[in-house]
Amino acid sequence: MTLRRGIAILFLALFASGGAHAGVLPEDRADILYHLYSGGGVDIDGPSVLVRKQVGPSTSFVANYYIDMISSASIDVITTASPYNEERKQWSLGMDYLRGNTTMSIGYTSSVESDFDAKTYSFSVSQDMFGDLTTITLSYALGDDIVGSSLDPTFERENDRQAYGVGVTQILSRNMIAALNFEVITDEGFLNNPYRSVRYEDPGTALGYSYEPELYPNTRTSSALGLRLKYYLPYRAAIEGEYRYFEDTWDIKSDTASITYIHPIGPWTFTAKYRYHDQTGAAFFKDIFSRPEETNFRGRDKELSPLTSSTFKLAAAYEFIGGAEGWKFIDKASVNASIDFLHIDYHEFKDLSTGAAYPDEPLYELDAAIFQLFFSFWY
Amino acid sequence: MNSKIFSSQGSRIIVALLLLGGLSACSGPIEPWVKPYERDRLADPIMLMDGDPVSSAYIQHVYEAREGARGGEGGAGGGCGCN
Repeated sequence: MTLRRGIAILFLALFASGGAHAGVLPEDRADILYHLYSGGGVDIDGPSVLVRKQVGPSTSFVANYYIDMISSASIDVITTASPYNEERKQWSLGMDYLRGNTTMSIGYTSSVESDFDAKTYSFSVSQDMFGDLTTITLSYALGDDIVGSSLDPTFERENDRQAYGVGVTQILSRNMIAALNFEVITDEGFLNNPYRSVRYEDPGTALGYSYEPELYPNTRTSSALGLRLKYYLPYRAAIEGEYRYFEDTWDIKSDTASITYIHPIGPWTFTAKYRYHDQTGAAFFKDIFSRPEETNFRGRDKELSPLTSSTFKLAAAYEFIGGAEGWKFIDKASVNASIDFLHIDYHEFKDLSTGAAYPDEPLYELDAAIFQLFFSFWY
Repeated sequence: MNSKIFSSQGSRIIVALLLLGGLSACSGPIEPWVKPYERDRLADPIMLMDGDPVSSAYIQHVYEAREGARGGEGGAGGGCGCN
């Protein structure tokens, strides 16, 4: 369930990446990606396929098919439930229409699981101005989620999500480009996980605590402001810095920063990236409550705990079709492999799987490896 | 006019920006300070803000699942705008 959050917004970004450059339609391309996430007792893998094609002088279509195959024995699952396997299938369709210096984009995404159904409709407008040095993008997305439960076939709850974004991409000099994005996302409906529990002190039991279902507020509004700067170095390489500030009505505040170095050598391109994220916890998060129903809202989702995460990424791309001639109808093709090492320190969420007795459980730590292999074709 | 509105520092900054915008409009259209023929480095694929959209959408999905924050990353295109 935790992996389902944010789907509505995520694939808006996939389409916006094409639409944000207003005066030019996105390039025709196809991508075939295999992804694997492994860590914390969870393995998730699957393909993602994207095809983009221009039709006529001013319209470009894009389609994406994405699968998550999940095998979970996560810390949540092994402490309060049973390991499970499931699959999430998602498909998206989008269209960009270029008129003068303006690009209008629409998109639709559908994500289906056995107990979760999400639909997202998105719209954005981009405008190039000031001699194409500046691109301004306005975006809106509407998400409709239906949350079910595999334990209760009659359980059905709704969640409505709206995302409003404004972005500016600015060429600052012949070596530097910047992007500033502001996004407000509102949720209204059933926001907690129907399977997850919180624990509370219960001296009468052998463990010293018992569980009750978690209960979240029915609304959440978040704001995020992100700045990216990319600079072409004096030799052929690029460096990128990124910072994002985030806060929401659940009292989560976070700072995220990253630095990326990109270095091509002949047909190869190597990338190294370090990313750091630090957040405060939600107001209603507690690792253990002092009694049942201690507060109106209660959560023990580790993602709502204060935490610090760091990621180190290495990637290599090899262009095997390129140059002026290409091959048949393909202008360029590359194969890319990358690995991300993710480490998360949770500052309040404790690890109940070690066998240590309450209240001496150690804080939980997560290590995950994220592997991607993909082929890209431009035609 | 509500004098309270203009008493705040934020409003003063907005008024100053509007005046600046008005003045710059009087002086004619803004001249692009990076000419199209000066955008060769920005046109290099290594300068794309999102050169691998499928991969970046996936990794963004992972972070949204593993952390409490979301949004603000945009998909802003990048590159040179001179194709």
